[in-house]
Parts: sequence; structure tokens; C-alpha cells
Amino acid sequence: MTPMLRLLPWVAVLALAPLVFPQSGALSLLSQMGTMILLCLSMNLLLGEGGMLSFGHAIYSGLGAFGVIHLMNQVGAGALAVPITLLPLAGGLVGALCGVLFGYLTTRRAGTTFSMITLGLVELVSAAVPMFPELFGGEGGIAGNRVAGEPVLGITYGPQVEVYALIAGWLLVCGVAMAALRATPLGLMLNAVRDNPERAAFVGYDPQRVRYLALILSAFFAGIGGGLAAINFEIVTGEYVGAARSGAILLFTFIGGGAYFYGPIIGAVVGVLFSSLLSAYTPAWQFYLGLLFIAIVLWLPGGLAQVLDHLARVLRARALAPALARCCARQAAAGLAALAGLVLGVEALYRLSLGNLLGASQASLALGKWVIDIHGVALWLVAALLLAGGIALLARGRLAWRAAWRTAWARVEAFEGRRHG
Amino acid sequence: MLSGAAVAACKAGILTEKRESHSIALLFGWAGTAAAAHMEFTLITFLNGLAYGFLLFMLSSGLTLIYSMMGVPNFAHASFYMLGAYVAYSIAGLLGFWPALLVAPLLVGAAGAAIEHYGLRRVHRYGHVPELLFTFGLSYLVVELVQLVWGRAPVPYRIPPELDGTLFVLYTTAFPVYRGFMLLVAALMLLAIWLLLRHTRIGLTIQAALTHPQMAEALGHNVPRVFMLVFGGGCALAALAGVIGGNAFVTEPGMAASVGSIIFVVVVVGGLGSLAGAFIVSLLIGMMQTFAVAIDQSLGALLAALGWSPPSGTALAPLFHLTLAQVAPMLPYLLLVVTLVLRPKGLLGRREG
Repeated sequence: MTPMLRLLPWVAVLALAPLVFPQSGALSLLSQMGTMILLCLSMNLLLGEGGMLSFGHAIYSGLGAFGVIHLMNQVGAGALAVPITLLPLAGGLVGALCGVLFGYLTTRRAGTTFSMITLGLVELVSAAVPMFPELFGGEGGIAGNRVAGEPVLGITYGPQVEVYALIAGWLLVCGVAMAALRATPLGLMLNAVRDNPERAAFVGYDPQRVRYLALILSAFFAGIGGGLAAINFEIVTGEYVGAARSGAILLFTFIGGGAYFYGPIIGAVVGVLFSSLLSAYTPAWQFYLGLLFIAIVLWLPGGLAQVLDHLARVLRARALAPALARCCARQAAAGLAALAGLVLGVEALYRLSLGNLLGASQASLALGKWVIDIHGVALWLVAALLLAGGIALLARGRLAWRAAWRTAWARVEAFEGRRHG
Repeated sequence: MLSGAAVAACKAGILTEKRESHSIALLFGWAGTAAAAHMEFTLITFLNGLAYGFLLFMLSSGLTLIYSMMGVPNFAHASFYMLGAYVAYSIAGLLGFWPALLVAPLLVGAAGAAIEHYGLRRVHRYGHVPELLFTFGLSYLVVELVQLVWGRAPVPYRIPPELDGTLFVLYTTAFPVYRGFMLLVAALMLLAIWLLLRHTRIGLTIQAALTHPQMAEALGHNVPRVFMLVFGGGCALAALAGVIGGNAFVTEPGMAASVGSIIFVVVVVGGLGSLAGAFIVSLLIGMMQTFAVAIDQSLGALLAALGWSPPSGTALAPLFHLTLAQVAPMLPYLLLVVTLVLRPKGLLGRREG
């Protein structure tokens, strides 16, 4: 397939999404997903490609967002005549500039030391932001108005769909750029530095320099993402540079899977669905997100993308034997039962402990029309039974599942070996 | 005793109710009218800094052992501090404060050992990054768990009546009994750890397992079990700090985040696996935070006192108006970044993480 053809499905998804979900709520959700995908992709340039676990990625996106909101206000005041469409680029430049500055400190070392320096930096920056209210707006942050300046080609950025188009366009450009970067000598050296810095140095590349360049590029893309978020929300607060936001980007990227290019995309979509959609239904969404993250770290280090990748490879090799399918179905059913028990218990417990702190819509536990009595014994009995039974079934079927999987995987490897060899 | 303002004060790492009295004291001291007031400020701030530093050391002593054992810091360490406070609150409601002082650290330590055994040991073979991510996720989960069980508002975990009161009055400022108690518990704990690690067979095994795990294993010691015990013990120490820190400050779901990053600074700056380094840096940060927060002087004022007026109206003007108290929350992280860049081994560390 030519690269152009490979791009087509992504363009189609980005273009069709607002047609399938034209409601304003869905549009703003899609816009959020777009910016988060960009942030997670730029994070993965460090985490997946370079093996650099950064706890401070939001510094670059946040400072980029501050840069864009200031420029947007300048445009609104008439002091600057730049179309809003190009403003995210300025965010990227601010991000890259911060990357040049902070990256010089962080990328001198790799591994745990790198992570610790990024942690120190993010705390440092978020402690410094409230000290300069003229620049960062203090508690309230800085607000702006994206309908500023002369409309170019009739685009005013008043309607949300135009903002979505802006985000989708920038996402496509940056996504292609990042995908292309992986095939450049820099991208390949970045992988080499991740896997064996000593050997990379012997080949003649300075690992520190490779990491530094990668971080600047990653900060550039993060800054663009931050700038898009600033245009989307029209307000930037100190939280944008904080440790919590950095942690969220890291969480989503890892949940999606850092080893695959499309992993962070999946992670960002899942993460935004959790934080924007699930939070409307349950106060426990962060608990589930944390649980999902821990489960992935423990049992699925390749993230959700690994599931898709392995499934696709098994199907392509026609290795999905009936025995494996049966095992998978059985394990999935057991897992679902355990999950149902867990969710039932957690929801009831949250309602008991938070009580009337929750709004009327969330105060009682209901399944459709059927209201569940959270003070009764029956609920706890059912929840405990489901959870314990599900876990017991999972443990029982584990060995059979593993054996079936091994057979299937051997066939996949044989199939792929035939094709490549 | 503690209000919403105390939460903020706690975050900045200072002890309560002294800010105003000390700014006044400082004013007098600066003017040179009352030497006693100056002395009082220095002494009381010193004692407060000492109490805070000791609390930090209680937290970081366990963390530094775990850090040198795993090679990665445990992000969830402060979560065990928070769990200690909450569990102690629940036990104190049932049995009273003194049983809670003993039982809560044991319970939390057991939970920590279980987490090491079933979780960390599993991800250990994938390498350092998954370990770091696991503890990161754990810290996230514990906050949610605490909210799930105890709710989102602070819980009324109080100082026991027998420890409520004034130990002594220094000039005009009262020093509470409880702060003295905190100092005592921390000092006893320091002594106990030192005796355990230096003068018992268990301590020797732990030291050997931390620095030369393969050799210790070859000599017939069960190193994974030692690691589990060290992890559990470190968590129990953090929980002990939570039991006595939870009622001195505020027991709320944000309390882990407020000390979490500070104890990293202590452990990293102190040096990998160095208890002495952790002790020195704990006291340093305790002092730095309490003194800096209590001093309302800015760079501009200092320059003005030296006879040079800072430029106003330029881009750098806000920099000169910042007081030391405002800059205080930044100082530990500045120390962390500078240390990691210049001397990644830390103050007294022998190897890099």
C-alpha cells in the first residue's frame, strides 16, 4: 500500500466522526479527544519510542496553551493580525522552546533519573505558576475568545464544528509528521538509544543528543496540542501545567499501549470517554481508571493495542481454533461476572460513603427502572458472590486458556515466518 | 483546631497558627527594637522545623530503604502514610488512640507486604519502568479507595485529650505537648531502626540483601522474603508517621499528595539508600520550609535595604515583589532538580538509581 492509501482510513474517520455524532455535546467530546490524542502521541514519542518515562509532559502542552491564549487575546485586541488557524503553531514553538530549556536538564540522563528530574520540574513549574499572576492569571487562569480577528475564508471559529475541523486538521498533520519521524534516522536512533544506549554511542551517535532532539520535537507537538486545547476551551488555568494533567497523559498513553503507534490513540479515546462520559454516570470513574491501569501494568504491558494486534494476527494466520474461542469466551464471561460484582459493590459503597454529597441523579443506585436498596444485605451478598465466583472461574480456566493460546501463537509465528522467510 | 487555612498551611509544609505572630515578631526583630522577639521567632520556628523534619524523616526512612532495594522510588509511599492516618482514625474510634498507635502501622505494613508479594514482584521482571508505573497507579488507586471508604471530606481525627495542652511557653508562644510527642516518637523510631540495622542479625541480612542480593541469596538467605519484609516494614513506618501526623495536620484524601513529592526530594537528594542522607535532608527541608514560610521579605526589599532600587515597570518587576514565603513551596523542587542535574547520586549516596 502506498502511504497515501494508508492515510485514507484515518482521514475518513476524522471526517465522518462529526457527521455520525453531530450533537454539540458529542462534538465537544470529539474535540477533546482530538487534543488528547495529539498529547498522547507526542508523549509516546518519549515513552514508547525513546523509553523515557516523563512525569512532566503537561509542562510543554500547558505552557504552549498559555502562549496561544495570550496571542489570541492580542489578536482580539487588534494588536496582531494572524489567523486563529495558525495559532497552534505558536503553541508548538513555545513548547519546543521550553523543551530546549528543560530538556537540556532532563535528557542528560535516561531511566529513573530522567523520570525523577521530570517529576521535580513539573512540581517546580506548577509551584512557580501562581507566583506570576500577570503571566498565568493566578487562580482563575486566563480567559480568551477564539472568535477574534478577521475571519479567513469565512471561518470564524464560532461554531464548535469549525473548532473540531481545526483540531482534526492539526491532528492529521502532526500525526503524519510523528509517524514519518519514526522512519527517519533520528527515529531509528531513538529506538536504538532506548534499547542499548552504549551500543548506540559506539556506532557514533551521542545518546544524550538523540534524547534531547526527541524531547524538543515531542515538546513541539505537545505545545500544538496545548494550543488547540486553549482554542477549544477558551481558558487556560494553572492546572494545565500540573502534575495531575501530566499523570493523566501518561496514564492514557500507557493504557493504550506505548509499543504501537496507534496505542496512544486508543488510550486517549478511552481516557476521554472515562473522564468525560463515565464521570456523568458514576463518582467512581477514577477508581475504575486506576484499576484498569494497574491491571494493564500487571497483565498486559503492551496495553489495549496489544489485544487488537494479537487478535488481528491470530485471525490473519487462521489460528483461532474452536478450543481457543471457547476458552476466550469462558474467560471473558468469568471476567464480566467478577467485574459486575466489583462495580455493584463499589457503586453501593460510594453511595454510602458520599451520601447526600452526590446530586439527586446519582444518589440512588438504579439499574434501568429497578432501584437497588443499598442498605440491604442481599446487594452485598450478590456482589461478593459475583466477584468471588468470577475470580474463581478465571483462576480455574487460566491454565486451559494459556495452553490454547500457546498453540495458537505457535501457529501465528509459523505463519508469519513463512510469509517473511 | 484545624481550619481550611490549615490545609493550605499543611501543604506548604508548615505548622499552623504561627504565620501572623511570626510576621509581627519578625517585624520587631527587623526593626531591632526587641531582641527577645527575634530570639523567640528563631527558637519556635526552629522547633517547628525540627518537628516537621522528623515527620519527613519517618516517611522517608522507609522509602529510602525501599528505593535502594527496588532501584525505583515507591510512588505510593505517601499513600501508606495516608492509609495509616485513616486506619488509625477508625481504630481510635473503636479502641482509643494508644491501641491505634500500635495496630494501624501493623495493619498497613501487612497490606504493604501483600502488595509487594502479589503485585510488585510480578512487575519486577519487566524492568524499572513498569515498577515505577505500578506504584504510580497504586498511589492513584489508594486515594480513590480512601474516598470510597471514608468519603471526600476531612475526617475528625483528633489528638487524644491526654496529649492536648501546652508543653512549655517560650516567651509568649505556646509549644503544644503533641508536637513534643511527635518529636519523641520520631526519635525513638530513629533509634530503633539504627539498632535494628546495625546491631542485629536481621539488620545485617537486610543490608546484605540490599547491596549484594545475589551473594546474599547464594549464602542461603531468602532475598525475596527480605524484600517483602523491608517493603512491609517501610510501609508500617510510613503508617506510623500517618498515625501521629494525621491528627497534627488534617486527615483528608489530599494528604498523600501534599507530602508525596516532598519525600521524594528527601530521598533523592539524600542519596539512594542512605538513611543518614535522608535524615540530614529531612531536617534541612523541614527548616527551610518553616523558616522560608515565616519570612515575608522579598528580593526587592533586600535590594532596597542594600541601597539599590529594583527597576519597576519592566518584565522582571514581579520577580522583585515575590516574598520568600511565596517562593517557599518551590524551594524543595529546585533543590531536587539541581541535585539530580549536578550530583545524581545524591548527598550521601554511593550509587545511582
